[in-house]
Amino acid sequence: MWDYTDKAKEHFLNPRNVGEIEKPDGIGDVGSVACGDALRLTFKLDGDGRIADAKFKTFGCASAIASSSALTEMIKGLTLEEAEKISNQDIARFLGGLPQEKMHCSVMGKEALDAAIAYYRGDKVEESHDDDHGALICSCFGVTEGLIEKVVRENNLKTVDEVTYYCKAGGGCETCHENIEEILEKYKGKKDRTAPAAIKKRAEKKKLTMIEKLSKIQETINTEIKPSLAKDGGDVELIDLDGDKVIVALRGACSSCPSAGFTLRYAVEQKLKEFVSEDLVVEEVKA
Amino acid sequence: MSRVIYLDNNATTCVAPEVFEAMTPFLTEYYGNPSSMYSFGGHVGKSLAKARSQVASLLNAQDTEIVFTSCGTESDNMAVIGALDANPDKKHIVTTRVEHPAVLSLAKRLEKRGYSVTFLSVDHQGMLDLNELREAITDRTAIVSIMYANNETGTVFPVDEIGRIVKEKGSIFHCDAVQAVGKIPLDMAKSHIDLLSLSGHKLHAPKGVGALYIRRGTRCRPLIIGGHQEKGRRGGTENVASIVGLGRAADLAAEHVELETSVVREMRDALQEKIFRMIPESILNGHPEHRLPNTLNVSFPYIEGEAILLMLDEHGICASSGSACTSGSLEPSHVLRAMGIPFTAAHGSVRLSLSVYNKPDEIELTANALVQIVKRLREISPFSAESEFKPAGSN
Repeated sequence: MWDYTDKAKEHFLNPRNVGEIEKPDGIGDVGSVACGDALRLTFKLDGDGRIADAKFKTFGCASAIASSSALTEMIKGLTLEEAEKISNQDIARFLGGLPQEKMHCSVMGKEALDAAIAYYRGDKVEESHDDDHGALICSCFGVTEGLIEKVVRENNLKTVDEVTYYCKAGGGCETCHENIEEILEKYKGKKDRTAPAAIKKRAEKKKLTMIEKLSKIQETINTEIKPSLAKDGGDVELIDLDGDKVIVALRGACSSCPSAGFTLRYAVEQKLKEFVSEDLVVEEVKA
Repeated sequence: MSRVIYLDNNATTCVAPEVFEAMTPFLTEYYGNPSSMYSFGGHVGKSLAKARSQVASLLNAQDTEIVFTSCGTESDNMAVIGALDANPDKKHIVTTRVEHPAVLSLAKRLEKRGYSVTFLSVDHQGMLDLNELREAITDRTAIVSIMYANNETGTVFPVDEIGRIVKEKGSIFHCDAVQAVGKIPLDMAKSHIDLLSLSGHKLHAPKGVGALYIRRGTRCRPLIIGGHQEKGRRGGTENVASIVGLGRAADLAAEHVELETSVVREMRDALQEKIFRMIPESILNGHPEHRLPNTLNVSFPYIEGEAILLMLDEHGICASSGSACTSGSLEPSHVLRAMGIPFTAAHGSVRLSLSVYNKPDEIELTANALVQIVKRLREISPFSAESEFKPAGSN
């Protein structure tokens, strides 16, 4: 059984904004029955160009429905410029995380959002959808080179398995694994040029002094980690630094949460690796 | 969760209270090794002999034809590998596309190691073409491994005819009967099956015990090499308590098999009738008649199986699905795909498998819950018979 967060489960059992808006300003249709999930997103803008209402209809598993519900909640009240900045990771984060194998559900949400915005702007979907171009790599799930490159870039993916979890490519007959390897090879070591905010803060290769390392860790914890944990009533405190071993204590809701191990590995360690140094490992101090 | 309604008996079953009771002395006072010379171990040895005879009797076989193993998968592996080892000149295997992974994955691996394998196809009801089978078997065929009944759809193969064909052609017939034993009466004396696998936890014995029936005279080399246990056919100190449990479960199965074809079948049919009456566009997966009496596999187009299971779970109802999302793989069940079930239906499939421990009111509750759940999920789905958003790839 999948380990869904309570929030993901709650959004699945009581999805918000189910339906279709009549005469919508934006429509985004993505996925297909063959792939096992599909989503239609519709939205309407108010006089100020903000999303006044958003609705969805989804065919798919619990996490696909929860991701769609989350997406509609997240975009309401935003301008299109603000909405298009939402990433698939933001959708997953809103739900307190998704099992890795289910990340493609968050990617589907992002795809539908992009498609709906493009529809509003009158772009031809084929042209605007930067992920729809390029050669068809995975014919089992109809995934193009463009989409694979996009998920690799935006989620910093390293392995074929991860690519499959995020966009399904390679999950069928497996004959395209070699091609996916080639795409991964192309992005190895390449930084994300589409996300300037991230690149600015990304871990730099030069060797840090102990003091620099410590202050960067503290800064990352304060600005990148604490806010996302706080959404679920949790907190983290930096206790000590021993070489590359970062010792932390989980506080609040995190301290008694059964998925604390997951939080430590994905919410804390991954962020520190991303923003400070690849070499860092995180350990929890035992009370 | 106040009450659990367990409708996943093709996955595993509860341990019958009588089975548990029979086992406990062998987990407490009677811990002797059955191979020992003293009477303390000898008592245990006698209990093993009794269990062997109980299992043999369920199959109408000889006691010496039963070898205890650790599970159905081991029995399947032993049968196929054992028969190949005993017939080193023959390098061809015949099986089907809808076997359990215990046979299917093994066959694929053997294929990589130089064996040639014929995977027989099935029709949309999951049935074999016997002419295709006849043509597939050659002088080089070491073993034909075909299941008795399918775990996902419950479709029962015409095992008697298959056996006759295999014997005419002079090959060995292995039958994975893990799902059939206890649910339909079997008679090895009248059968052409040479090797037959069964698993304890599918018939109310505990997990971790199985058996392989080896017809007298059939050459089958051991898989687990070790001591003289099981007359040298399977090394390793016997899992005494579980084997005793399997013996008791075999006795119970012999008593209950009549209930399977009456009471259980009636409950299954009532569930099926209600679902098809109340839920539009339901599709039956599997053969309408040649089917295990306890199994119902049904597809609800336009919605997805994992979502159905999680909502059933909210009602305390346990079932399973051939949907991709439940397994962690991205493709729906190999069985439904082999049957050519459209993707629309395969993703929305649910398997409900009953046992003699189910009660009619549970069937009623389940049918009502499913009606609500399918309605709710179809409201969320962008697809429907009338929908203009036509599903791409809805072949």
